[in-house]
Amino acid sequence: MTMSHLIACNNLSKTYRLGDIDVEALRGINLAIQPGEFIAIMGSSGSGKSTLMNILGCLDVPTAGSYCLNGRDIAHAEPDELAEIRSRTIGFVFQNFSLIPKTSALENVQLPLFYQGLSLREQRSRAQSALARVGLANREHHYPTQLSGGQQQRVAIARALVSAPSLLLADEPTGNLDTQSSQEIMDIFQSLNHTDGLTILVVTHEIDIAAYASRQIQMRDGCILSDQTSIGMGMRVS
Amino acid sequence: MGSFFVLTVFTAFRFLNRNRLRSGLTTVGIIIGVGSVIAMVSIGEGAKFAIQAQVASMGTNMILILPGATSVGGVRGGSGGAVTLTVNDALDLQKKVPTLHETGWAKRDVMQIVYGNQNVNVPVNGISPTYLTIRDWSFTSGGPFTEGEMETTSRVALLGQTVVDNLFVPGEDPVGKMIRIRNVPFRIIGVLAPKGQSPTGNDQDDIIFIPFTTAERRVLGTQFLGSVGALFASTERPEDLPAAVEDIQRVLRDRHRLQPDQPDDFTIRTQVDIGKVQEGTGETLTIMMFSVASISLLVGGIGIMNILLVSVTERTREIGIRMAVGAKRRHILIQFLAEAMTLSMVGGLLGVGFGILGAQATTIVAGWPTIISFEAIMVAFLFSAAVGLIFGIYPANKAARLNPIDALRYE
Ligand SMILES: Nc1ncnc2c1ncn2[C@@H]1O[C@H](COP(=O)(O)OP(=O)(O)OP(=O)(O)O)[C@@H](O)[C@H]1O
Ligand SMILES: [Mg+2]
Repeated sequence: MTMSHLIACNNLSKTYRLGDIDVEALRGINLAIQPGEFIAIMGSSGSGKSTLMNILGCLDVPTAGSYCLNGRDIAHAEPDELAEIRSRTIGFVFQNFSLIPKTSALENVQLPLFYQGLSLREQRSRAQSALARVGLANREHHYPTQLSGGQQQRVAIARALVSAPSLLLADEPTGNLDTQSSQEIMDIFQSLNHTDGLTILVVTHEIDIAAYASRQIQMRDGCILSDQTSIGMGMRVS
Repeated sequence: MGSFFVLTVFTAFRFLNRNRLRSGLTTVGIIIGVGSVIAMVSIGEGAKFAIQAQVASMGTNMILILPGATSVGGVRGGSGGAVTLTVNDALDLQKKVPTLHETGWAKRDVMQIVYGNQNVNVPVNGISPTYLTIRDWSFTSGGPFTEGEMETTSRVALLGQTVVDNLFVPGEDPVGKMIRIRNVPFRIIGVLAPKGQSPTGNDQDDIIFIPFTTAERRVLGTQFLGSVGALFASTERPEDLPAAVEDIQRVLRDRHRLQPDQPDDFTIRTQVDIGKVQEGTGETLTIMMFSVASISLLVGGIGIMNILLVSVTERTREIGIRMAVGAKRRHILIQFLAEAMTLSMVGGLLGVGFGILGAQATTIVAGWPTIISFEAIMVAFLFSAAVGLIFGIYPANKAARLNPIDALRYE
């Protein structure tokens, strides 16, 4: 492991205990990710993709093995330390949009900055530019219920971007979207990766979504089955 | 961090406003608790003030000495029996007790009073010249007896306001008019300023004063000259009262030749004793009221805790999202505490409002005096805030301890 890795996982395991049965969701994952990579994680249902993403995103901790983010081992970090890391270095996008209900798009996007303790003025201006970045400058005061699925997901992306993270994690971000909206979302990801050099991990079931990424990881039964880096960046079909 | 608190409180208000009916019902307990504290303290303070005013109206620093011993139950035995106090006792006390400012004496009986074709029964008091100053009586017209009138057993009288109201038509000046007390004609030389009710509920203005000597020789009659119904004394300062009471007891026991094993054949009372009885009943009432109020606050607090637990469950996913974007445990904790305290403090404010209205309604409807106490308002309000804090801790802590991934997955 060199310091240039953004992510370095060594023999990472996660076991859930359900009554008397142990469910091994991850079994000895070894993974190294450099800054600026755009990675798609694929695999059948139950293969452990979400479990891996949650651990990489510091929402959960592994049962065994080590996880270094930016050279720091966080397998044994305290809840508040994990919160701090999530706040500063990680942006999350979920399949079900996960916006706070009855709260405007702008306020949803402000939320990470609110917890960083920034002034209201700065929260506002940064949230506004993040919304502009995803093409929703004119939807600031809409509630989630007043937005389409694609628009809600773009608000969620703006919220993930607003704290200028070094890692963007998206767990099936297009899972609930039509093809048109899915492409818009993936175009935004690609632009963030190309122009800002943001490291992005996307979990997906769809080949054409995975094709946006420069590296594809296949998972099965909690293990990495294959890990390919595509030569050239333009495998998209459209 | 400042903006964090402002926005948290703002968010709390918005959330509670969104669930207006639920929030309103939750605060009812706090409103009743705080409202009753404010109303009750106002009524209590008003009553206390009225009692103090009445006690003061009887004359400050006054000592009352009655014939007869005090029995165990506090009831005077032998009253009206053997006459044990005399004018000479009073004169001797004045000489031997240095802390005494003045001493006086009086005897009384209810007599029939006739003016024109009117007649009423009124307590007639034969009094020493010093009596009026000891009891703090003043005049609305006319003035007190002169020393000469006292010595010469003159037939002159001072009337209380109630007697004047009963015998004379409004606007008529009684001074100079003649009345008959038990058929003896008396000239009215003064009308006394009203004092209102005594702490024990008697009308202090239903009274007639005549010189002591006149009373004992011409109207009331006597077992022997110089026997009195009661002695009165006053000290210069209230602090002197305890010492004066002790000295009076010693001098009187000595004068009455009582052996050490014999009980006092007289009873000494001060304004402090009289006021205490009244305030004692006030305190019982206050304690009762405070228990009612604290039960309502407790019930209100449990209501807040309950509604917050519901809210935490309902918003588990929201808590998960907040944690995913970087909220620490304390952020979540503060958010829910802010909601609990906003609820209880809004309830507290409404309670203060209703309490003040209740106190004023009591004054208007029942005619009881009330005093709105600023301290009570502050204490009640702080209490309501504390109730929110205390009963908010458990649900807020429950929310803050959620595991982010479990919260996000919560259905
Ligand atoms: N909280 C949990 N408790 C018990 N078992 C769990 C829990 N979460 C996940 N699992 C199990 O861990 C394994 C991996 O689950 P995971 O959600 O990571 O799969 P996935 O690859 O994301 O699947 P999908 O494509 O359907 O989202 C599954 O067998 C699942 O049943
Ligand atoms: Mg999954």
